[in-house]
Amino acid sequence: MTDLSLSDQAIAGKTAPPSEARAFRLPTQWLGVAPFFIFAVMFLILPTLYLMLGAFQNNDGEFTLENIAALAQPSIVAAYWISIKVSLASALIGAFAGLAIAIAIVRGGLPDWIRSATLTFSGVASNFAGVPLAFAFLATLGRLGLATVILNTVFGLNIYAHGFNILSFWGLTLTYVYFQIPLMVVIITPAIDGLKKEWGEAAATLGATTAQYWRMVVIPVIWPSFLGTVILLFANAFGAIATAYALTGSSLNIVPILLYAQIRGDVLHNPHLGYAIAFGMIVITGLANVFYIWFRTRSERWLK
Amino acid sequence: MKSGRFWAWVVFVLGAAYFFIPLIATVEFSMRMRRGAYSFDAYQIVLGDPRFQATFMYSVIAAIFTIILGVLIVVPAAYWIRLRLPQLRPVVEFITLLPLVIPAIVIVFGYIRMYGSNSPLPFLGSDTGTNSLLVIGYATLALPYMYRAVDTGLRTIDVRTLTEAAQILGAGWGTIITRIILPNVLIAVLSGAFLTFAIVIGEFTMASLLNRPAFGPYLQNIGANRAYEPAALAIIAFVITWGCMSLIQILSRFAPRSSNRPN
Repeated sequence: MTDLSLSDQAIAGKTAPPSEARAFRLPTQWLGVAPFFIFAVMFLILPTLYLMLGAFQNNDGEFTLENIAALAQPSIVAAYWISIKVSLASALIGAFAGLAIAIAIVRGGLPDWIRSATLTFSGVASNFAGVPLAFAFLATLGRLGLATVILNTVFGLNIYAHGFNILSFWGLTLTYVYFQIPLMVVIITPAIDGLKKEWGEAAATLGATTAQYWRMVVIPVIWPSFLGTVILLFANAFGAIATAYALTGSSLNIVPILLYAQIRGDVLHNPHLGYAIAFGMIVITGLANVFYIWFRTRSERWLK
Repeated sequence: MKSGRFWAWVVFVLGAAYFFIPLIATVEFSMRMRRGAYSFDAYQIVLGDPRFQATFMYSVIAAIFTIILGVLIVVPAAYWIRLRLPQLRPVVEFITLLPLVIPAIVIVFGYIRMYGSNSPLPFLGSDTGTNSLLVIGYATLALPYMYRAVDTGLRTIDVRTLTEAAQILGAGWGTIITRIILPNVLIAVLSGAFLTFAIVIGEFTMASLLNRPAFGPYLQNIGANRAYEPAALAIIAFVITWGCMSLIQILSRFAPRSSNRPN
């Protein structure tokens, strides 16, 4: 489909060189963006709309709210709840830790190579997600993992006896943080770079203490992009499935895993309930991103 | 200021510990296969596994097709928007952000329901169709990164002057895009391409739900059935990601810094 319209464009280009194209202005204007829009509509927008409409239909194609109402059953509510908790916890931990690291490398007076090494590593680690990340944490904090063994033999602390389990809420959160922190560092470092030196000097000239400078200048300026990034991290964790699935199998009931099981085998015995779960996920990440864009536009006024 | 530097070191060391301990642990675990001695047995077994080679090659080919598809869709659109249709920019930027809003599992769920073998466009009716659908799905995942990379590349060259100069010399649109614009944004396109590669190579959700013999589902399968091989695979995956990111960094050194005449 997309190839077809591309070759159309090439032919149009040959038969009507730009200078003579005036008579056909309207079609040629749109030919350049046509592949993009056809692709986006066919493979991004329509499939999503199809699911969203399906969420409001019954098996005979009639309008109904039953599927949405059926989301209220305890197992599905529990899945949404644990997904939201894991995403929120990993986003908040990742955001604060990432902010601390970004401030340390930009403002902390550390050697220059640490800054560039940290940024490079963050680029790698923020993309090191999915199944391999789960393997790495199993090798670290699994029952036979290096950290578990060392804590037990050297420090005499058996974390599994104290209720820790990698296949649990905290295990999953700790794993997600591995890609959340670097993502925060990558996004927030430019914002901290954007804090102008003059502001600090101006504050000092006016007699502000360091604490006042941070409280009344730095935090208000960073705040919108910080909050915006927290939301982005939240959406990032909310839709992720591969890490959780490889880590816990289906023992931890988060929404993407529930949806995965539903797509594979209709475990809920109602195909339209699957649509409703997908609809719920889009609503949550969609709301998150509306806030993200809103905060982002607010912060950009300051960081130009 | 001195205490500030102290806390900066504390934060940095704690962060480094959190990020390096899992890597060290994974390396250590991957070498524990032989009883009582460290060895590379797990790596040998993994690399010698014909399924590893087959699924890895499958994902490499899928990644290459994804990159080609992404370039074909994104470069003309980004170029044309810069040149003629700047009023469409907000719409296109919004669309390219959508894959960050709509989780991959939802997108592929939509494909499965819309393009099944009984539908008007039965992608899932044949192997080639399903493979194409996987590549298409990957291209949507990569869309935000590809678009941003290409758009940043276009910002650093003077699109309008280059186009007009080419037109005066009698070039058609095909020539302008393939011989003027593409070479000028090649480094940006390659950055987007390596990022796409890093995202696609171990992707699990789409490949698994479309039942494709890709690297991601293979990783998951090994993880569920073996002890030491997963750790070796995690290290291999980390090295691949690291390689892609280093290539992007190296490429960025060759990229033009700013436009001679910003438009």
